[in-house]
Amino acid sequence: MLELANIRKAFNQGQHNEYWALKGIDIDIPPAQVNVLKGPSGSGKTTLLTILGCLARPTEGRVRLKGEDISGLPERFLTEIRRSTFGFIFQQFNLVRGLSAVENIILPGYPTGTPRGRLLERAEALLAEMQLSHRRDAKVEWLSGGEQQRVAICRALINDPEILIADEPTANLDSKLSAEFLVILQRLAAAGRTVILTSHDPLVVESDVVDRVYSLRDGQLIGVQDKAIA
Amino acid sequence: MNRWIEKQRHLIDFTANSLARRKARSLGLLVVYTLLVFVLASVSLYTHALRNEATRVLAGTPEIVLQRLIAGRHDLIPPGYMDSVGRLRGVQKIEGRLWGYYYDSVMKANYTFMVPTDRTVADGEIIVGPALERSRGLAAGNGISFRSYSGELHTFIITEVLPHESELVSADLVLMSEADFRRFFTYPEGQYTDIALWVANPREVRNVGLKLMEKLPDSRPILREEVLRTYASIFDWREGMMLALLSAAILAFGIFAWEKAAGLSAEEKREIGILKAIGWETGDVIAMKFWEGLLISLLAFLLGYVAAYIHVFHGNFALLQPVLKGWAVLYPSFSLTPKIDGLQVATLFLFTVLPYTAATLVPIWSAATTDPDTVMRG
Repeated sequence: MLELANIRKAFNQGQHNEYWALKGIDIDIPPAQVNVLKGPSGSGKTTLLTILGCLARPTEGRVRLKGEDISGLPERFLTEIRRSTFGFIFQQFNLVRGLSAVENIILPGYPTGTPRGRLLERAEALLAEMQLSHRRDAKVEWLSGGEQQRVAICRALINDPEILIADEPTANLDSKLSAEFLVILQRLAAAGRTVILTSHDPLVVESDVVDRVYSLRDGQLIGVQDKAIA
Repeated sequence: MNRWIEKQRHLIDFTANSLARRKARSLGLLVVYTLLVFVLASVSLYTHALRNEATRVLAGTPEIVLQRLIAGRHDLIPPGYMDSVGRLRGVQKIEGRLWGYYYDSVMKANYTFMVPTDRTVADGEIIVGPALERSRGLAAGNGISFRSYSGELHTFIITEVLPHESELVSADLVLMSEADFRRFFTYPEGQYTDIALWVANPREVRNVGLKLMEKLPDSRPILREEVLRTYASIFDWREGMMLALLSAAILAFGIFAWEKAAGLSAEEKREIGILKAIGWETGDVIAMKFWEGLLISLLAFLLGYVAAYIHVFHGNFALLQPVLKGWAVLYPSFSLTPKIDGLQVATLFLFTVLPYTAATLVPIWSAATTDPDTVMRG
């Protein structure tokens, strides 16, 4: 589904404070599975996730999406791929304050020019799926942490992406809400979506929901655990 | 195409929503901006209307007025002088005019006494301008006495008050018969104040003027177009003076609007990061901000212009009138004919809406081109 070949990423390249966050990573993400990037702070998991999700480009190396090299594409095309193929859930949820839950959910659909009616229809269905229909018109700042995250998941799914990217999704949730979140991920993977997340939360890494765990340290991949085989 | 329109609708929706979310900032900006447009549009509408009024009023006056000069000063036209003008090609009509100024010590104001050429006034009667009607409480049928410069008291009956429409030029006018005029001022028989010439073809006016100067070297032809030009430059000058006086305020307004438009709050920067991360292109963010600039500036332009229109044509330009209209004891009270000039509107639009819209786009460019992964790093 998503292949990374010899990925290296430098920050402040050519300057005195040059720093290599990734030092040659090779990864092959299979479709319709839950993948976790784990590692301590500074291991390069978030940097790797941004490259996997086409939010950033690698300094060196190739990114292939369904066999097609996308690492050299101009920003415009990369945005188009990001919009149609990826859905994002951020650690801080990154919802737009002042807007209602449903308005936040349909935001990624705006640049596609999809009629508002159709976007709303889809948002309602997602809200119902997340058991959040009753909070449809509530401003997002009035929602609880768990509700905010479910809104963020709905927003990530509005353009019907094949791959879902989540950065430390359980960092702001208690154990109960984290477990609920994992159930949602399992449902999404079962529906054919590929899920990639970063986490150092044992609850996530050791969960049965996760199919594959990639361990990172100091910008290098130090191990891959295929839980389905194990 | 449909998708493009739908997308713009979404962007406008989002923009309107963002403006509503930042009520205080948006409203403050709108008020300041509307004020700026209001002041500029008021000045420009008023001077434009004044110029039009002058043109309209002068339309019925003769194309050339010929004055006689002695030692560079205006002197009376002696008997026989008109005959020496003779027949000039292109001149339709030639008439000697009688007019002069009279200082009314009661009102401490100057009146213009004149013998009309297009109507007759009976001896002992006068027709007065609307300002006289107001200031001295006169009406048709009343009598009024003026003490002439020779010290004699002359009494006249007012038969009519001139219409208000022509007040810009007739406010202080007193029309009387030729015999009364000559008697009142002890004006020598056969002499005139100046000569009016009507020329049918506008292109001939200048030639006729030149011929007059050749024939009568001691005369000065005054062309109507020159009078109009003088009026125009007086109004232009006053408009310029006023704008110069207001420039500090306009500049302050401008800086405020620029700063408000150009500055991006941390909240806005965060929002842009989110939008980029969830799949908005740089172009989408810029288009959204463009709509924001356009919505605010268009709304402010419309509000400011309409308010200025009402201020000038219905509110008598009350706020800025003393500066632009000039000063006189007998103020003509007149209402201007509403007139909007397309070019004037376009110029104002160009100088207000465009810079603002541009101002909103400049900072957004750098914010919108930042990498979307920054949002991932909080």
